[in-house]
Amino acid sequence: MSLFDHKLTEIQSMLQKKEIAIPDLVDESFKRIAAVDGDVQAFLTLDEENARKQAEEAQQSGKTGVLHGVPIGVKDNIVTKGLRTTAASQILYNFDPIYDATVVNKLRDAGTITVGKLNMDEFAMGSSTENSSYQKTRNPWNLNHVPGGSSGGSAAAVAAGEVPFSLGSDTGGSIRQPASFCGVVGMKPTYGRVSRFGLIAFASSLDQIGPITRNVEDNAHLLEAIVGVDPYDSTSANVPAEKFSENLNGGVKGLRIAVPKEYLGAGVSEEVKQSVLDALQVLEGLGATWEEVSLPHSKYGVATYYLLASSEASSNLARFDGIRYGYRAENAENLIDLYKKTRAEGFGDEVKRRIMLGTFALSSGYYDAYYKKAQQVRTLIKKDFEDVLESYDVIIGPTTPTPAFKIGEIIDDPLTMYANDILTIPVNLAGVPGISVPCGFTNGLPLGLQIIGRHFDEKTVYRVAHAYEQATDFHKQKPQL
Amino acid sequence: MQFETVIGLEVHVELKTNSKIFSSAPAHFGAEPNTNTTVIDLGYPGVLPVMNEKAVEFAMKAAMAINCEIAEESIWDRKNYFYPDNPKAYQISQNDKPIGEHGWVEIEVNGETKRIGITRLHLEEDAGKLTHAGKHSLCDYNRQGTPLVEIVSEPDIRTPEEAYAFLEKLKAIIQYTEVSDCKMEEGSLRCDANISIRPFGQKEFGTRTELKNLNSFNFVRKGLEYEEKRQAEVISSGGKVEQETRRFDESTGKTILMRVKEGSDDYRYFPEPDLLPVYIDNEWKERVRASIPELPDARKKRYMEELGLPAHDAKILTMSKDIADFFEATVAAGAGAKQASNWLMGEVPAYLNAENKELAETQLTPENLAGMISLLENGTISSKIAKTVFKELIETGGDAETIVKEKGLVQISDESALLKFVNDALDANPQSIADFKEGKKKAVGFLVGQIMKASKGQANPQAINKLLLEEIQKR
Repeated sequence: MSLFDHKLTEIQSMLQKKEIAIPDLVDESFKRIAAVDGDVQAFLTLDEENARKQAEEAQQSGKTGVLHGVPIGVKDNIVTKGLRTTAASQILYNFDPIYDATVVNKLRDAGTITVGKLNMDEFAMGSSTENSSYQKTRNPWNLNHVPGGSSGGSAAAVAAGEVPFSLGSDTGGSIRQPASFCGVVGMKPTYGRVSRFGLIAFASSLDQIGPITRNVEDNAHLLEAIVGVDPYDSTSANVPAEKFSENLNGGVKGLRIAVPKEYLGAGVSEEVKQSVLDALQVLEGLGATWEEVSLPHSKYGVATYYLLASSEASSNLARFDGIRYGYRAENAENLIDLYKKTRAEGFGDEVKRRIMLGTFALSSGYYDAYYKKAQQVRTLIKKDFEDVLESYDVIIGPTTPTPAFKIGEIIDDPLTMYANDILTIPVNLAGVPGISVPCGFTNGLPLGLQIIGRHFDEKTVYRVAHAYEQATDFHKQKPQL
Repeated sequence: MQFETVIGLEVHVELKTNSKIFSSAPAHFGAEPNTNTTVIDLGYPGVLPVMNEKAVEFAMKAAMAINCEIAEESIWDRKNYFYPDNPKAYQISQNDKPIGEHGWVEIEVNGETKRIGITRLHLEEDAGKLTHAGKHSLCDYNRQGTPLVEIVSEPDIRTPEEAYAFLEKLKAIIQYTEVSDCKMEEGSLRCDANISIRPFGQKEFGTRTELKNLNSFNFVRKGLEYEEKRQAEVISSGGKVEQETRRFDESTGKTILMRVKEGSDDYRYFPEPDLLPVYIDNEWKERVRASIPELPDARKKRYMEELGLPAHDAKILTMSKDIADFFEATVAAGAGAKQASNWLMGEVPAYLNAENKELAETQLTPENLAGMISLLENGTISSKIAKTVFKELIETGGDAETIVKEKGLVQISDESALLKFVNDALDANPQSIADFKEGKKKAVGFLVGQIMKASKGQANPQAINKLLLEEIQKR
């Protein structure tokens, strides 16, 4: 039994009863990392000395709070002052930020202790964490399988018990898909709910930071700590910060669930389909009703996403030019040569592929056919969700079409890889919140149930997720490592 | 063949907000390199822009002053290009929906007024500054993120002289709104010019060239003059004008090829996802409109109608708000309008040019200038002495009357005292008397000069003239 098998409120109660101290929590984290991270390879950078020092200080401070003194891992595209932040790219191999992301400041206020930075697909581009330029993170449930991505390190570290929770980021499914693959709970909040200041941008209109945890209640606590309007992010929304954790027990009696037929159609494996139908039965048993609906434009989601996200990325990643920070190629003959060499040597293949795609989509003569058209389709997709959510409280479907695939299995087939996000991408395009909670296993690999809500209605999403979780045991399973 | 010249100007004006357009860094000129910067200005990973409302307000003010329609919804776009002075590798600008469109500026050339259309005024961030030093280039990001408006004229300008007049007028208007200093030497006003020529009567435009490195209004005029001749020579000798960017060389007065444009640059503009659109409602619009002061043309009209100034004076005085304000204060302090105008168009700018100073940097005040003018008007001092007093006032300040008293500069108008100076001069210069009697009227001028010299400039020149003619007849 690990300390991290307890939920946060239990940990706090143990701290208060002095059964454990904060340094024990941090110690537990580093011991577990030492024991399993050689196999899992979730962490890119550890900050042990600093974390242990902070643990002592936190213990002395006498402060309390549900997150106080609890170790956390942070995805490596969230900047941490003085702590190496690479976005898993060679182009930032030596980058030590001189400021903290807003979420990192908020975590500090809440008292968490950052133990290290977590692996990911380079610049969050990928669905398997195989695109990291440093290491391949493995799925704790089966080391031959991927943990999903791009927040693969964040999900694997939590699943492996290295930290009780972590932060990820989700642009097209990058929190929910790895949460599903690793059997943990991952929330992509409403766009604008969490400040993006300090999140190394991939696609600005889609990116959102969110929590990955072992259970729904902890997830709600962690999200509460990081939400809020930020004067440094114009796209952060000025909506009231809600106590999601205090509204978990309302049950689902009378809840109206929409199940899009597109989410149980071709491409979705039988086991996955069955796990979702079983979950719906559980929710029915709790008093909810469900009906099949249609999100007719969601079939264009992947195409729309790859045009918009890549277009924004082509511009967001242009600043990595070797001039002010990060990697700079040697022996450049002139400025253009410096740009070319730095970017050719500093970026990996997938990043280059998307920069090229995005550059093309924004080029004069193609803009209307690609970028502009994709924006129009995005509006239709958003409207699909809004229409359905007018008559239903939540939308439910699988998080991914299949369980975790094998390392190396589809890495050379980008289109198949992209299709893995078919069920998560439309949620980002619509800007609504979505959570993945464990809903079954197949061949020892976890499956995830995706619950999607209205804009800024994380409260209902959590309530449904919690009701389902309390009625099932999947979240209590642990991988054997 | 006779050609018609077609000119359009692009003017960049830096807005003097306290902080930058998308960060809280100070936006002033002249700090140590890279000190006026935040992580936002340096384009660090993860940073986001936050719009400075004041910059939008300043842009609205400038746009209204040049008669633009103000957008109800204005959006930000990214203009993508790689260059080390551009730390994000995109400039946040406005492409589709600028703050202002469809404006105009009225100019006057050779007594004729003409309206020059303004296509658009948009807001954007300025770039950093590069200094090339041997094998190295140094980046200073102090200027990065300084709010900038780009004002694009219609191709309505037909001569280099009109371009000059347009720039002078535009500068005056913007300065009046107090949103920019418009100092070309500090880069707070910059200008590029597009020029083409076509046979008279032809509707289509000729191929244009773009002129850069135009560091004064005078160089704009000279560069355009050179370029219209060059293009005419190219066409007359059977050649074709290429679409290219040319640099004005100050030392030779010529334009030099920088680069040939192959099609148009592709900046891959797209809406900036990190910023929300700017919605400008009527209330905001009217609040900004109410803050615009009386502009040059309105003042010019008032000076002519209410103060009776000639059109020329009214135009020159109102070209600079500083001067016009000073003029009005001088008149308010009791000076006659025409006298005040004469000094502010003559001695004052001559001094400022010679000393390379701004009016505000001198000791001259409307009160002491008015004081001096009234001494001049009531005959206490001569205009020659006034120049001495003026120099004292502008350099060390003080009060004209006190200076005149302390230095004993009061004009001598007493006839008996003057008579002595006159007769002394005649006694000393018999040849001049002879010359005068032979009809050489110039001799009087020489004698007056001798008398002024002897009286240290204090003799009343009108009285001297009269007395001298009377006395010379007696000899």
